[in-house]
Amino acid sequence: MTIHNLYIFDRNGICLHYSEWNRRKQAGISKDEEYKLMYGMLYSIRSFVSKMSPTDMKDGFLSFQTSKYKLHYYETPSGVKVVMNTDLSVGSIRDILHQIYSTIYVEYVVKNALCSLNDPIQSELFRAKLDSYIRSLPFFSARAG
Amino acid sequence: MSRQTNRGTESKKMSSELFTLTYGALVTQLCKDYENDEDVNKQLEKMGYNIGVRLIEDFLARSNVGRCHDFRETADVIAKVAFKMYLGITPTITNWSPAGDEFSLILENNPLVDFVELPDNHSTLVYSNLLCGVLRGSLEMVQMAVDVKFAQDTLKGDSVTEIRMKFIRRIEDNLPAGEE
Repeated sequence: MTIHNLYIFDRNGICLHYSEWNRRKQAGISKDEEYKLMYGMLYSIRSFVSKMSPTDMKDGFLSFQTSKYKLHYYETPSGVKVVMNTDLSVGSIRDILHQIYSTIYVEYVVKNALCSLNDPIQSELFRAKLDSYIRSLPFFSARAG
Repeated sequence: MSRQTNRGTESKKMSSELFTLTYGALVTQLCKDYENDEDVNKQLEKMGYNIGVRLIEDFLARSNVGRCHDFRETADVIAKVAFKMYLGITPTITNWSPAGDEFSLILENNPLVDFVELPDNHSTLVYSNLLCGVLRGSLEMVQMAVDVKFAQDTLKGDSVTEIRMKFIRRIEDNLPAGEE
């Protein structure tokens, strides 16, 4: 069990926050390029999923997995997107992604009047809280193979 | 994973008098700073907008309300969940336009005006105009452009306070920069 990394995007596709824990392979492009690539893919998946669905959806796109990792996606009605990559053994973590939004992003960014909502998050407090929350999760393991 | 449930609406109750009086002080100061009421109204709306933009995130985090599919559902959530959560009142929803794109919120008692009497020289001041900004700002963040204004006000001798909400359009998703 392991958590690889986490992205938070705003409604305009700006990467508000990125952190990584167990990521052994880098993309080989600049971080800014990577954020754009990631957001572009998420944007396309979202519209793909909503067009291809044979019935009306409630939650839309939730996650995808490859042979090596699983990408979990959570979007609020206000367009904040929390994206977490884990290994394959992690089940649905919607609750946890919602918690990251409601108890960390809202509490330490939205309620901090000095934090701009449209720029990458600078707050150290936010980073620290997020990091300790992630490390406390039962499926976080630093020495995962 | 058990969800933390201690962040409900009940957890942070406090006297609304502090809020009401603080708001009163704000309006008083604005009236000193600006020459005419129109400018004060504008500033209140602008401040409300800035509050609404942030308040919506708090609201979504606490209420777990999903995306609304029509304006009627939006009206319900505003009156029954949001006003209740932040002001402790539940306005009634009335006067739907035939097209369903306009409605009124009737406030029996507006908590912002508990201790207020409008002097004659401020007849054009919309005392609670902050609320309009809050509503507009928060709805804009969930992709609804809405026009909000006071249609009646007990401070001006009307029998009720009425906020009129008009749906203008849905704000489309932004494509990320550099993508087509």
